[in-house]
Amino acid sequence: MTETSPPPGFTPETRFAVPGRIAVSAQAAALWQTATLTEVRRETPRAATYRFAVPDWAGHLPGQHLMLRLTAEDGYSTQRHYSIASAPDDPGHIELTLDHVEGGEVSGWFHTVAKPGDEVEVRGPLSGFFAWPGDRPALLVGAGSGVVPLMSMVRHHRARDLSVPLRMLVSARGPEDLIYARELGAETAPVFTRSAPEGVPVGRMAAAHVAPLLAEQPPGGWEAYVCGSNAFAEHASRLLVEAGQPVDRIRIERFG
Amino acid sequence: MNVTRGFTGRARVHNPGLPPGQYDAGDNWPVLSAEVTPDLTPDDWTFRVDGLVEAPRTWDWAQAHALPESAYEGDIHCVTSWSKFGVRFRGVSLDAFLDEVRPQESATHAVAYSHTGYTTNLPLADLTGGRAWIAWEYDGEPLPSEHGGPARLLVPHLYFWKSAKWIAGIRLLDHDEPGFWEQNGYHARGNPWQEQRYSGD
Repeated sequence: MTETSPPPGFTPETRFAVPGRIAVSAQAAALWQTATLTEVRRETPRAATYRFAVPDWAGHLPGQHLMLRLTAEDGYSTQRHYSIASAPDDPGHIELTLDHVEGGEVSGWFHTVAKPGDEVEVRGPLSGFFAWPGDRPALLVGAGSGVVPLMSMVRHHRARDLSVPLRMLVSARGPEDLIYARELGAETAPVFTRSAPEGVPVGRMAAAHVAPLLAEQPPGGWEAYVCGSNAFAEHASRLLVEAGQPVDRIRIERFG
Repeated sequence: MNVTRGFTGRARVHNPGLPPGQYDAGDNWPVLSAEVTPDLTPDDWTFRVDGLVEAPRTWDWAQAHALPESAYEGDIHCVTSWSKFGVRFRGVSLDAFLDEVRPQESATHAVAYSHTGYTTNLPLADLTGGRAWIAWEYDGEPLPSEHGGPARLLVPHLYFWKSAKWIAGIRLLDHDEPGFWEQNGYHARGNPWQEQRYSGD
């Protein structure tokens, strides 16, 4: 038995969650650009926001990331992927929020050496699958610095005064570890895992946090964006599936 | 060269096994799947090879395990810039599956697809000649589900997004057809030694 040629545009029988949301510019992704640090803002004891001027930045969508490169005097260089924290409507500028990772080669430099005027290199924006153009109702679920790309979506939603529903569930160890705490509004429900203000329960994100959000499904349903450590992403995505969120409407960005 | 003020970086280790722009992740093995980890047992698992082949076929877990065992010991490289040295996988060489289905002469490329619907494209030449495996064991243990268990494709000479987790099948084609990450801006081939990360590289 010989089967005939497969049809063009092969698609497996199983639906996949994440067709890309946008076309990605191969040109922007290939080009290293100088990014000049203009401002450092402390967010929590462990995290700070770094604002850069990148005059020829091609623009990005909320949820996208970039590659950042540091180079030593002997020519040694190292690079990391980071999510973009700022909303798109900030021409020529981008912001990153970085945790100080213990022994972190790049985050260590940022947290102990970097000051305004310093130059690093970036290329991007990269990848279209975690991008949110502001079209579909968005259910954002993050933990720790996993809130960073989600905050870009929240900021975009506010800046454009979008009417499409958006909710965010964000987990932090305690109020002092909640990144962007001052900026969070009625769209956000924080979950505290170690310590919480008087009267607020302490505990891991659970079905009880997710169920009310899935009970108020907007027309067309939520597009869920999950971001955090692998352990958190596994846990949160399982909660979403158990609460009835379709597997093919869950996009996951894991750190690593 | 754009030197970053005050950046020294970690201790320099001369490692000829480290491709450009990569760092040694040591004992870490980051998980970066874009989808929900599927609840897939060996009993649920099947692997199919079809498309431009003489005898398309599906193997179940027991049938795949009846093929000659083969191991990979070496390095893996992720496009996010970590590399991991001296990993040990065990499974079956993809050549054993291809020998049974007999690729047609017109077959030049392949799309590998997962039980989750994930896809990735590869030149057929990267899947033959003892350079690709269906792997179900890592470091002497069953491959964990978050790393693609019960079985994943393993193509260690390319960036690791090509090594599709929860492998369900491979379809042979007479043209290149971008898979999931390749449609999202990543390189069609992904050779770490040429730093083929993004489509413009």
